[in-house]
Amino acid sequence: MNIRARLLRWETLLLAMLVVIAGLNIAYSPFYLGVGNIVNLFQLSIEKIIVALIMTLIIICGEIDLSVASVMGLASCVTAWLFQMGWPMPWALVAALAVGGVAGLINGFWTAYVGLPSLAVTLAGLIGYRGVARILVEDRAIGGYPLWFNNLGQQPQFGPLTISIVIFLAMFAIMAVVLHRSALGRLVYVMGNNLQAARYSGVRVRRVKLLLFVASSMIAALAGLLYAARLGSVRGDMAQGFELDVITMVLLGGVSIFGGSGNLLGVGLSILVILNLRNGMGLADITGNTQTSVIGALLILSVLVPNMARMIHTRWKGRET
Amino acid sequence: MKWLQRHIRPEQVRELSLLLLIVAAVLIFGSMIDGYYTSRTFNRITSSVAIITVVAVGQTLVVLTRNIDLAVGSIVGCTAYFTGAQLAAHHGMPPVVAVLIAMALGCVMGAINGALVAYGRVPSIIVTLGSLAIFRGILIDYSGARTVTTDSLPKWLLELPRLNFVTIGDLDIRAMFALAVGIVLLFQIGTSFLNVARQFYAMGSNPDAAELIGMPARRIVFSAFVLSGTLSGLAGFMFLARFGSITVEAARGMELQVVAAVVVGGVNIFGGSGTVFGAMLGAIMIGTLEQSLFRLQISEFWRDAILGLLILLAVASDAVILNRLRAIWARTDLKLVARDSASPAEAKR
Repeated sequence: MNIRARLLRWETLLLAMLVVIAGLNIAYSPFYLGVGNIVNLFQLSIEKIIVALIMTLIIICGEIDLSVASVMGLASCVTAWLFQMGWPMPWALVAALAVGGVAGLINGFWTAYVGLPSLAVTLAGLIGYRGVARILVEDRAIGGYPLWFNNLGQQPQFGPLTISIVIFLAMFAIMAVVLHRSALGRLVYVMGNNLQAARYSGVRVRRVKLLLFVASSMIAALAGLLYAARLGSVRGDMAQGFELDVITMVLLGGVSIFGGSGNLLGVGLSILVILNLRNGMGLADITGNTQTSVIGALLILSVLVPNMARMIHTRWKGRET
Repeated sequence: MKWLQRHIRPEQVRELSLLLLIVAAVLIFGSMIDGYYTSRTFNRITSSVAIITVVAVGQTLVVLTRNIDLAVGSIVGCTAYFTGAQLAAHHGMPPVVAVLIAMALGCVMGAINGALVAYGRVPSIIVTLGSLAIFRGILIDYSGARTVTTDSLPKWLLELPRLNFVTIGDLDIRAMFALAVGIVLLFQIGTSFLNVARQFYAMGSNPDAAELIGMPARRIVFSAFVLSGTLSGLAGFMFLARFGSITVEAARGMELQVVAAVVVGGVNIFGGSGTVFGAMLGAIMIGTLEQSLFRLQISEFWRDAILGLLILLAVASDAVILNRLRAIWARTDLKLVARDSASPAEAKR
């Protein structure tokens, strides 16, 4: 790969963006570089970025999982409901993870074995799993968990790091190995590029898809429990709308919505860009809604600008010949 | 059976079964709720269905071309708020102008989405995911988080939801529901018979083929988004009339209900098949569930779970049952063709 191609890579662009944003933040606020702010920066959207990692694999595989935020809500509501029924907290947590697994099995079964479009199946999941969560807790807010559970989400356990951040870092390493250094990861790319070709070359496409959807829902359930631990209270509308933020992070990382291309490094960088951008705008007193608009615009531009560049490039070439 | 197969397409079987499902739902709710069969229930359902239906018509056109418009909720919210703010400031504004303002604003927002999708070649799910956030953000900034209140609006607007179009026996058909049905009829006839509108189906069935035979592919996609935006603008006006008080959170999440209505109504999420009439049936099904479960009080919380199941069933029946039906239909078609060509005299009988 020559230098020019390397410079034009999406990851390089993201890195440049990150440097500019971090530079502005340092110039703007003296508090930015403090350990407290950096930990806080991750901690505020830690659940979303954990889910974004597995979402990367799903989108590269050519599918999508819109139901993650509802599974997050469902898992925390199951825990809250069981805890209120008098279950010991550890068993309630295990049950919530199991419910997450079941949700993933449902998504995966209809997508992989029946062959329905994942967009429609997980849209049904997005509405349906949220509905089950609502049935369980209705319109109450359930709190009063054991102290150790709340500490799990709120107190630093490893030096300045909380357990959620450690989970995120570990999961990033695992996903990077799986996606880029394992046979399963290659299958994910092959399936995203050409599902038919993958099937005819003997890839067990159904099993891989089912595995991905189960992993996605279980990780979402785990993230939901971490979210519940961080907030210390559970409501039916927990994590509502998070799927949009998660998908934005993945797509901004250069993963194609049609599957088959993208990598975890890009997603890691885009997570850093989004978190720093939000943090910087927060330090500069810009409200959450404007932040969301800016990130929405960034998402559109991240696809539009390369497209436009390519169009102008081909037109230019056409003129020369 | 042959007669049936000659006159009803598999897609229509599906719409008929949805219609039966709606009737069944009404009968079940009727047996569970005292005083269900009243004009009040009918009005409640129709006025909530009217708004969703108008947006769903636009969404159907977009989905037919293999795209999706997730920004409709934000467009409805923006147009409702902006039109409300204008009406509150200028009480003398004629109703027609207010409707036109709402539709024009929706049209502009739809055109932005359409231009990015059709000419910028950005996937529609990315564009509308982004503009969903951007439009809502603009609304919150523009409004300064203030609320349009009912008492600031002119009287004619607040009376609009109770305006009757026609009364049949005990049932009042409200003007807004009549408007929604009118739009459905207009677009159903348009998409069935007009050359221009059949292009939506052609684009969705096979975009490459459509472009190769010389269809203006980009313009078709662009106009689908513009129509979706404009209809969402009109729905924004209806939303304003129905609720009167508009916060910046107005119609948030409506895109999910609309996409659900379209999918339940049998429009294929991968484009190319489905009808506007089906989308209306989907909206009616969802509206009936919503308003009836609300009357059952405790079961209000069951709404979303049932809705999710319904979407899954709709999509699954499309894949499993409908494909079988299509195969059966195709086989009999072949037989008929074979028989017709073998003995023309017999076929005439």
